Order: sequence, then structure tokens, then C-alpha cells
Amino acid sequence: MFGKLTLNAIPLDVPIIMVTLGVIACASIAILAALTYFRLWRPLWTNWITSVDHKNIGIMYIFLALVMLLRGFADALMMRSQQALASTGGTGYLPPEHYDQIFTAHGVIMIFFMAMPFIVGLMNLVVPLQIGARDVAFPYLNSFSFWLTVAGAMLVNVSLGIGEFARTGWLAYPPLSEAAYSPGVGVDYYIWALQTSGLGTLLSGVNLITTILKMRAPGMTLMRMPVFTWTSLCANMLIVAAFPVLTATLAMLSLDRTLGMHFFTNDGGGNPMMYINLIWIWGHPEVYILVLPCFGIFSEVVATFAGKRLFGYKSMVYATVCITILSFTVWLHHFFTMGSGADVNAVFGISTMLISIPTGVKIFNWLFTMYRGRVRMSAPMLWTMGFLVTFPVGGLTGVLLAIPASDFVLHNSLFLVAHFHNVIIGGVVFGCMAGLNYWFPKAFGFKLDERLGKLSALCWFVGFFITFVPLYAVGLMGMTRRLNHFNNPVWHVYMLVAMAGAVIILCGIVATLAQIAVSIRNRKALADLTGDPWGARTLEWAVSSPAPFYNFAAMPPITDRDAFWEMKLRGLAHRPPSQLHRIHMPRNTGTGFILSVLAGVLGFALVWNIWWLAGASFAAAVAVAITHSFDENRDYYVPSEQVASIESAYFKQLTVQV
Amino acid sequence: MRENPVQRLTRRVFPVAAAAAAVFSVSGCDYAILDPKGPIGADEKWLILFSTGLMLVVVIPVTIMALAFAWRYRASNKAAVYAPNWEHSNAIEVVVWIIPCLIIATLAYFTWVSSHKLDPYRPIASRAKTVEVQVVSMDWKWLFIYPEQKIATVNELVLPVDRPVHFRLTSQSMMNTFFVPQLGSMIYTMPGMQTQLSLLAGHPGEYFGVSANFSGEGFSDMVFTTRAVEATQFDQWVAMVRSSPKALSLSAYRDLEKPTVKVPVAYYGAIDPVVYHHALNQCADGAPCMDDMMSRAAAADTLGLGDRAFCDLVSLKGH
Repeated sequence: MFGKLTLNAIPLDVPIIMVTLGVIACASIAILAALTYFRLWRPLWTNWITSVDHKNIGIMYIFLALVMLLRGFADALMMRSQQALASTGGTGYLPPEHYDQIFTAHGVIMIFFMAMPFIVGLMNLVVPLQIGARDVAFPYLNSFSFWLTVAGAMLVNVSLGIGEFARTGWLAYPPLSEAAYSPGVGVDYYIWALQTSGLGTLLSGVNLITTILKMRAPGMTLMRMPVFTWTSLCANMLIVAAFPVLTATLAMLSLDRTLGMHFFTNDGGGNPMMYINLIWIWGHPEVYILVLPCFGIFSEVVATFAGKRLFGYKSMVYATVCITILSFTVWLHHFFTMGSGADVNAVFGISTMLISIPTGVKIFNWLFTMYRGRVRMSAPMLWTMGFLVTFPVGGLTGVLLAIPASDFVLHNSLFLVAHFHNVIIGGVVFGCMAGLNYWFPKAFGFKLDERLGKLSALCWFVGFFITFVPLYAVGLMGMTRRLNHFNNPVWHVYMLVAMAGAVIILCGIVATLAQIAVSIRNRKALADLTGDPWGARTLEWAVSSPAPFYNFAAMPPITDRDAFWEMKLRGLAHRPPSQLHRIHMPRNTGTGFILSVLAGVLGFALVWNIWWLAGASFAAAVAVAITHSFDENRDYYVPSEQVASIESAYFKQLTVQV
Repeated sequence: MRENPVQRLTRRVFPVAAAAAAVFSVSGCDYAILDPKGPIGADEKWLILFSTGLMLVVVIPVTIMALAFAWRYRASNKAAVYAPNWEHSNAIEVVVWIIPCLIIATLAYFTWVSSHKLDPYRPIASRAKTVEVQVVSMDWKWLFIYPEQKIATVNELVLPVDRPVHFRLTSQSMMNTFFVPQLGSMIYTMPGMQTQLSLLAGHPGEYFGVSANFSGEGFSDMVFTTRAVEATQFDQWVAMVRSSPKALSLSAYRDLEKPTVKVPVAYYGAIDPVVYHHALNQCADGAPCMDDMMSRAAAADTLGLGDRAFCDLVSLKGH
């Protein structure tokens, strides 16, 4: 009846998990009670869950990312404390079977359920506004994509309380991840969580590419697009090219595990090396899916806060496109030590280094954007400065790892761990935080508190170096990754320092949460009445904050890059449109949410081999999708009077302000 | 005499650099990668330091420029030039594309050369005779077989100094990585496949060895000691191991293969020469050997029996 699922699947004997579950249960009950008490169920359903508004979906993506950041960071703290405690011969407090799940979950959560939703959320929120569109090309698909990502995240979280998570490392290399060596449900949770959210990411990629290519305002040629839109376009191209590879690879792994096939097994003609090649053919572009949009964010932030045109726009665009193409030609550098010939290793090493050329150009362009500018050191700019100082170090160590012969002594060491945290924290996290601080007013109508924002940036910056410089050092001492315990008094000292650094980063996270809380409380004082709180340059700032649900009352004609800056210069900004028309908008629908709940149930059923439930939820999902396809009442017109009243309220507010 | 800017910079930076160097050099010998005990590791150390130095040529100016530009052009400094529409300069564009290109071109040259010179499969040129060692990573210990000496050990690798060592490596079940940081290059060990590695220990001493690739529960204890010793000591050690009554037969191998952790050092005074072959071809447990199946499949193919016969053979192995 319940497949492999029995009551034994709940880890009653592991106090850490049970306490965590208790806390989660209490918090959930409190939230549910509050929703009921304040009668928020209906607004939650109509304004958020069923919303197809790209801005709301973007906000929900970012909310998911922040929640999962807390979970992933709790894992990080446990890893740092375990290695600090178990580095002088002791066993620490986490036995290998638990510790191995933690470092796997940390990687999976931070990449798939923190960084990806953050990036996709920012793209969703900003790209349609930047190109003068009213929504994305396929609003219902957008809602479906988001809720699929949530379903995947929920599967990971469910594994905490029911069963276990994978103990394989975040890419689940076979043979370890094969049924013979990982017979539990951990790897199945991993597979189905990623299959579910991966489908969501792919669909969202299709959606954003279509949006950018087909829905730009009149006059916005490709070479007039803001750089963030350019990098988003490239990142989504990478998503569409790379994610199917992940889906296929994981599908083959699940066929091995569930149906006894032999794609990657040691026996029966299988070969684990194929998996490792395939997973990195997805995995390396994935790195650029994360970091390219952040490069876009830094471009917007630097130009805005330097009060100056972005230096070398064309160079920036060509560099982005170069990186996009090159990112598919380097995957083998993740396993130089697998015994490929010298020619193969050298070619992949050199192609990897080539990426540092366009990346280096970008950094110079940001520097020369500041040059002869008027740099205001607001929170988004401070995060960007943190990036400009941190990222080149990560680039340097990355090139060291790209030289096969030096990788032969650095591969799989803590030097490698420090390197990818250097680029992911210094590039992606700093970028996302810069973006959050920068676009928050556009999403909510008020700015975030500056002081706490700067404190957070400072803590992350200092905490990053205190955590990861020691890890670079022990990597050079020969310490390899994923160790549960070891006995080395010298490394022990470095582990203690790294632990202290992680605590400083924790302060940075707390500061961000406090920043959001304080800003909500002071939202009147921090209100952005003009829609342009930073003196910015691109189109998203031409409308009120928060943006009206239809984004633009009339389509803005675009005559140049930095469209809004141009409008301001010509005195065309903040002018009420001469004539208002009714606006065609998509209706809300709960179908995406319902389908994703069913997808989550399907994933859970497949994890536990509950075949009847898998069949039932799949059939139900197909039925819901078909039913939805008969629903022809999907759009409506906002009457011009309603548009006029919303717009006049904004312009009234503007004149009071001025 | 007034200092020029370079002198001023040197005077300010030097104490900091010296202090940093002191911190690093106090425990200099802890940095295994930077304290190599053989030519492979020494070349790799040189490559790391040289490449780092070359890249610092860009990274240091970039960091200084980032801080200097942000400071010089801060909003409150009205004395600084403000050129809000200045967005292009051919000269700067050329420089910022050419400098990274030159550095990467240089690095690419050294990458090509070093990838070939330090290819783990490349034998080390030496007048001394090469020592052959066969390595099998198991759950969770290391088996070292010395085919010429006809001995085997668990979790202890002893090498004569100044003689090239040629390793052939495979794995019983998981993927692991053979790594002795102070000797240099690591390499994956994979089930059903063989990799090769050449190393040379130039100084006597004791060096730690690990698996660098996560392989499951007992992974953290998958450590071994590597001792590099003089020729005479090596011979004495071989004689000592030979005196062990234990022999590495196929059945002893099957016992060893069972997953265990924190396995103490063990010596086998004699070996069955097929053990490594059977470990590599996944047939120590009596299953058909992979090389045998492949050659039979190839033969079947030439005879025109086609894929069907191959599938039968493969499925035979599966059970």
C-alpha cells in the first residue's frame, strides 16, 4: 500500500533532526494560525498563489530563495562546526551517515533552491519592466514553473523528516549513487526533487527567452537592451540548452536504480564516467546561468550609482556572448584527474582559461564606469564593491585549477571548495544581494534600510575572507573535501578560524533579515514616491513603485540605450500619457499551483515506490492540464478609466513630491 | 630626498607583506603542496607559484583600481572630473582586451607544455629501475601489490627513494582518488578500469596519503602512510613483509573486499599473481572477467553473431 514507506522512515533516534522538525512544526502551526486569525487565506490565494503577475512570481521566487538560504546555511554551520570539533582525532557530533547527507543537502539547496530561485526571481521581476513589456510571454507557464520549483524544494525538505537525503555529494556520482551502494531513498529524493524543479527552470527559460525576443517595446533593438536583460537572455539560452541534459542524465540514473538498467553501473556494460561527463555538460553552464545575470546586476548598479553611462556597452555584450558559448566547451576541467590524455586535458584547460578573458574585460569595464563618475556608496553599490574586490581572487584560483598539472594537486581539495565559494559568494550571492537592495523599492514601494544593508554587506565580505582564506590554506596543505573527521592539530586551528568566519556570515544573514523587518516597519519614511529612488537609467524606473500590475499604461518609445535616463534628459520622463487605452491582461489561475502539488505528490510516490499514488497523481495532473486547456476565459481588459485613475494617483503623488 | 610613489608604496606595503610571509613561513612545512618531496610535486609547485605571480600582475592593479576609483570619484568629491556621457575609448578597450589575452596566451603555453610533461601516464626518465606498484582502492582501505617483489600491503606504501614508481590503479567498487600530496599528482581509481601514475620520491621521509574522492561512509578513514626509504631499507622492508605468513590469494582478497573502516596495516608475504587482474576485471568473486567477456564479444562479432551474443555475455556478468 505505501511502497517502501513505513513508520521507521521517521528518524526518531536522531535528536538534531527531531528538534529541527519540532521547530519547523511549531513555526508552521504558528503561520497557519496567523493566516486564519488575520483572515489572510483568501488574499493569499487570490493575490499570490494564483497570481500570474511576473512581479509577484519574482517576489515569491526570492522569498523561496531566502527561506532556503537559511536551511542551506544551517547545513553550512553544522559542517564548519563538525570539522572544527572533529579535527583533533575526535568524532565530533555528526556521524558520517548524517554528515554526508548534510554536505549533499548544502550543495543541492544552495545551488538549486537558493541561487537559482534568487536569479530566476530577479529576472522575472525585472526583465519585463526593463524591456517595456506588460508581463512575460506565457504568464500561466510562469506560475507553473515557479510552483514546480517549490515542489522540488518541498521534496528536499520532506526528506529531512521522512526517510533520508542523498549521502553522495551534490552531484551524486555513480557508482556511489547506484542502488547497490545507496539502497535508501536519499538518492531518489535527490533525483525527483531535481527533476521537478529542473522542469520548472527549463520552462521558465523558454518563457524568458520568448519574452525578451518578442516583447520588447518599440524601438528597443537588441543593442539597446539593458545589460541585465542581455545577460538574462544568455543565461536563459544556457538553461534551455543545458537543463535537458540534466533531466536526461538523472532519468538514466533513476532507470538504473529503479528498473535495474546499466547506464552507469560498474557491471552489465555500464560506465560511471559517462555520468560524470554528462552531469558536467550541464553543470558547467549552470555556473554561468548563475553568474551571468549577476554580471548584469553589477552593470546596472555601477552605471546607476556612478551616475554615468556604462563603459564599453558593446564590449560587455560581446563578452557575455563569448562566455555563453565558451561555457559549453570546458566541462572536462572538473575531472582532469580521470586519466584523459595530455592533449585532451590541455585543450580543456586552455578553453577554460579563455573564459577569463571576457570576464576580465567586464571587470575593467565596471572599473572604467566608475572612472570619472560620481560614485554614491549606497548598499547595492557596496555589495558591488565587495564583488569587485573578491571576484578576481576567485578568478585567479579558478585559472590555477584550470591548468591540468596544477589541478593534479589541487583537485577535490579544500582549495577547490574555497575557489567555488569565492566565485559563488563573491559573484552570485553578492550579485543577488545587490539586486535585492537595488530593486526592492520597485517591488514594494519603499527602500530597504541603508545602515543594516551596509552592515550585512560588510559582515558577508569580512566573513567570506575569514572563512575561506583558511580553506585555501588547508587545501595547499593537502586537506581534501568532505572529510567527516581527521586528526591534524595544524588544520584544527584553521578550522576554528573558518568556523568563526561562518559565524560572521551568519551575522550578515541576520542583518539582512533585520533590514527587511526594520524597513517594513519604517516603510512610510522609506517610501519611494517617484518610482526612481536611485536616479537610475533603465526603463523599470520610469513607472511608479511598486509598479502597477499592468507595468506600463502606454508603451514607451525607445530611442537609445539607458532609455529612462534619455527620457529624463529630454524632459519626457514622468509625463502622463496623452491617451490611455484599455489594457489586455492575463487572468489569474490556480492551475499551475495545483499541477505542481500533484507533481510533488508524484515525486514523493516515485521516491517511495508507491505506484498507485504515482499513477493517480500523474493521471490527475494530465486531467487538470487538459481541463485547463478548455478554459478559454484566460484574459481580460483593464478599462481605460481604471488605468487612468491608477496613473493619475501616481502623477498626483509625483507632483506632491516635486 | 623626497620618495617617489613607487618607493612610498614599497615602504608601506613591505612590512605588511613581510608579516604575511612570516605567518605563512612559520608553518611553511605544513603546506604539503608547497613542500614537495619529488620532481613531479616540485614542477607542480613551480607551476602554481608562477601562474599565481603572472595573474597577480592583473589582479593587484584591478583591486587597487577598484578601491582608488571608488574613492577618487566618490560623490562628495566635487573636485574630481565628472563625465557622465563618457562611455567609450578605443585605447582603453584595446588595452583591456589585450592584457588578459597576453596573460592567457602565456599561461596557455605553459599549460600545454606542463600537461604533456606532467601527464600522469608519462614514465619518469631515470637511470634507476622503475618500481611497479598495483593499487586497488577498496571500501575503505588501500591495497598495494608489488608484483615484482611478490608481496602486498594494506594501508602502507613503501617506496625506495630516487627510483621512479609506476602505479597501475583500479578500484573494487567506488570511485576514489589516490593522492600523496607531497609527492605530487593524484589520479582517480575506478572500478573495472585502470589508470596509471608515475611518481618519484626524492627524499626519505613519511608522507600522508589519502583518497581525494568521496566514496561513502568510511571515506574519512581511508588514509595510508607513504614511507620513502633508502634502497637498503627498502630491501629490508621487502624481506620483512615476505616473512609474513599471510598470502594474498583470491579468497583472501574476497575477505578484504568486505567494507571495513580504520583497517590496520597488514602485510602479505606472498601473492597470487592473478589478484590484480581479477580485481581490475571485477571477477575476484568468480564472475566472468570483463576482459574475457569483451574479447569473446569481439570474437562473436567477427563471427557474425552480432549484438545478441554480447548481450548474453553481459547479462551473465550482471548476475
